Amino acid sequence: MHASSEPIAAELGPMVPSPYTVTARRQDTLDTWTLELEPCTGPPMRFDPGQFTMLSALGSGEVPISISGDPGHDGPLVHTVRAVGMATRAICETPVGNRLMVRGPFGRPWPTAELQGLDVVVIAGGIGLAPLRPAVLDLLGRRQSMGRLILLYGGRDPEQLLYTDELERWADLGMEVSVTVDSAGPEWLGHVGVVPRLVGRAQLDPARAVALLCGPEVMIRFTAAALARAGVPGERVYISMERNMQCGIGHCGHCQLGPTLICRDGPTYRWSEVEPWLAIREL
Amino acid sequence: MSTLVSQRIERGDLDELFAALGRRGYTVVGPTLQGQALVYGELGSSADLPAGWTDEQEAGHYRVRRREDDALFGYNVGPHSWKRYQLPPERRLWRARRDEHGGLTDIEQDGAAQPRYAFVGVRSCELQAMGILDRVLLGGSHPDPVEQSVREGVFIVAVQCTQAAKTCFCTSMGTGPTAESGFDIALTEVLEDGQHYFLADAGSDSGSRLLAEMPGGQAKAAEQEAARAARSRAAEQMGRELDVTDIRDLLYRSYESPRWDEVAERCLSCGNCTMVCPTCFCTTVEDTTDLAGTEVERVQRWDSCFTVDYSHIHGGAVRGSTRSRYRQWMTHKLATWIDQFGSSGCVGCGRCITWCPVGIDITEEARAIREEDEQRDAID
Amino acid sequence: MQSIEELMALAPTFQGLAPEHLRLIAGCGRNERFGTGERMFREGEPAERFFLVREGAVALEVQAPARGALVIETLHPREIVGWSWLFEPHRWQFDARAIEPTRVITFDGVCLRGKCEADHELGYQLMRRFAGAISERLQATRLQLLDVYGHARLV
Repeated sequence: MHASSEPIAAELGPMVPSPYTVTARRQDTLDTWTLELEPCTGPPMRFDPGQFTMLSALGSGEVPISISGDPGHDGPLVHTVRAVGMATRAICETPVGNRLMVRGPFGRPWPTAELQGLDVVVIAGGIGLAPLRPAVLDLLGRRQSMGRLILLYGGRDPEQLLYTDELERWADLGMEVSVTVDSAGPEWLGHVGVVPRLVGRAQLDPARAVALLCGPEVMIRFTAAALARAGVPGERVYISMERNMQCGIGHCGHCQLGPTLICRDGPTYRWSEVEPWLAIREL
Repeated sequence: MSTLVSQRIERGDLDELFAALGRRGYTVVGPTLQGQALVYGELGSSADLPAGWTDEQEAGHYRVRRREDDALFGYNVGPHSWKRYQLPPERRLWRARRDEHGGLTDIEQDGAAQPRYAFVGVRSCELQAMGILDRVLLGGSHPDPVEQSVREGVFIVAVQCTQAAKTCFCTSMGTGPTAESGFDIALTEVLEDGQHYFLADAGSDSGSRLLAEMPGGQAKAAEQEAARAARSRAAEQMGRELDVTDIRDLLYRSYESPRWDEVAERCLSCGNCTMVCPTCFCTTVEDTTDLAGTEVERVQRWDSCFTVDYSHIHGGAVRGSTRSRYRQWMTHKLATWIDQFGSSGCVGCGRCITWCPVGIDITEEARAIREEDEQRDAID
Repeated sequence: MQSIEELMALAPTFQGLAPEHLRLIAGCGRNERFGTGERMFREGEPAERFFLVREGAVALEVQAPARGALVIETLHPREIVGWSWLFEPHRWQFDARAIEPTRVITFDGVCLRGKCEADHELGYQLMRRFAGAISERLQATRLQLLDVYGHARLV
């Protein structure tokens, strides 16, 4: 028997979650919230950009959610969640002061540590910016040793964009930020059109560019094609994959994509590794 | 097989094995006849074994029949596999109470400690299957505690097959019919000339020590030969074949084979194959609460890639068609498993063939895909 | 100061054109500027020009009743604006507005159509390149239609 005041996670296997308290809650769009969490006991979670946790409001089912916080500081655990079903709606409705259950971190992170001196183009579609935010913060923290830092970000319309106040801050820190939407009113001063159209406009140096992509699978495919046309090959394009996950630890079998288990070998992959498998319908 | 001489144990002395296991505190589990099938249950003594029974297996067909002798192990494998002990069909992971903040209190993790089992009657294909499940459940960064507990405590009495069912194909998969290692004791049952005895071989120190407590001396050369002949019968009778030459790359080339459409017209997507398969390991995790929402449980139970929900992500199921789900199951079993876990997932036990209600035969499907691939090659 | 030919050579659409064709096309071009918010053309007006954006950004818009102006695409440096000059009835399909101070090269469509009639090789080269640009825009538009981000809705 363990009361909630005792450290739980370390002793009780990987399928037992730790309670975290919601310390801040902010609505980003009509159906997306960003929550900040602090562990009820024990130190803050250390994680690498691109990793995820299995998150749940107690009793409502667990879902894999990318960590969106700053990996460099022991700050709160940040999750940006889109309410699309029962589990995510329950998470999004959790008020400040209540608990959420967390297991993790799991998964293979973005290879940000290996990108010294290169031009990194971060390309996000919709909620895909959430798993990339830790990579952006990590890269901005090391920008003295990086080449160009570029963010290409697309959403459905200006009301669906995430972290809009931060985008300006990132631009001030030297990141080249381009934002596009599928349609907008005349007050919108950014791009209008799909994300792949931003690739050519970024005028990437194919010899130095590496891309990190996250977003809807269709957007990823067409953006990777645009990158290839711009001379950036699939070996230098990294994506984050998503599939049904039940355990996060490589045992339940649900997250298989051909020969890979996404929770264990991913969720980040080189595009060249994973593209042939994504081309198979209903794999 | 060990070149050491086996120990001859009379049929009448077999209960000494159960006694010795009992003294050591094991819960003995093995084949019994229940509900017209040979399934695994607790064994108090050799009287609980299905003496004089055999099984009749074909695609979509299973019957038990009386034998003309009283062999204790004169059958092959039934719908149960040892997987049900390594990875229980349903198990509670933890339960807790919900506090006023929606957090957990009084969390009780269900004990991972399992009874110390003695598995009696384990076939060679099953030993291989257990090893495959070990790699899945213990080989990663988060070893499964129940599997760990079972494997640490288990005592294995293997039984060498002396016949093969029509649906068996262990020889194709390199998993039998004779077990060479992975057991504590291996028994070969011999019935001839009015005699009924077992030749026992130790596969471990625990096995040797237990055999030392059993009556029976060294087997004679003729008895060794009788046992060897009995084991070869199993290889000779092997019911089916699956050509595993280059099977992984063959299936990787065959994702768009028309054969998948063909099998999809027959497959009911019922998932029987995944339930009886000794290596299928997929599970689902469910959280449930009582009506008041104060008691919470997390339960893990067997799942099947044949359910539509299995591949559900927001927007729908990735594998919406039966075609894609059958393809997933078979390609995983024979091909992608190799890349995921370093070996084939199939041990050739034939259960999926026997228990498929429409008699889909994995060996026939593999043959058809290979033929289709060769024809495609010939055309190109 | 870059010549019109030099500026054209920077645009993907004009890549690989023979120097004499570049010169022929440049002969129909002139520099032009638009201020922030300035209208470049209106839906339905005669379309006898097209533009190559040098600096700034152009919004293509549709006026929808009760919804006002909807921007359907923005075009940026090194991109071409307008192909209606090539096809009957030579009328603009959308409105266009400069989002910020924008410099363009404006090409005279009547002038260029005449040159293409006289030199079919020039016509073929231009048609090929415009077909490529239209194809790229069509593909992008189809992706927009897919609405991959999905509708935000209250679950």
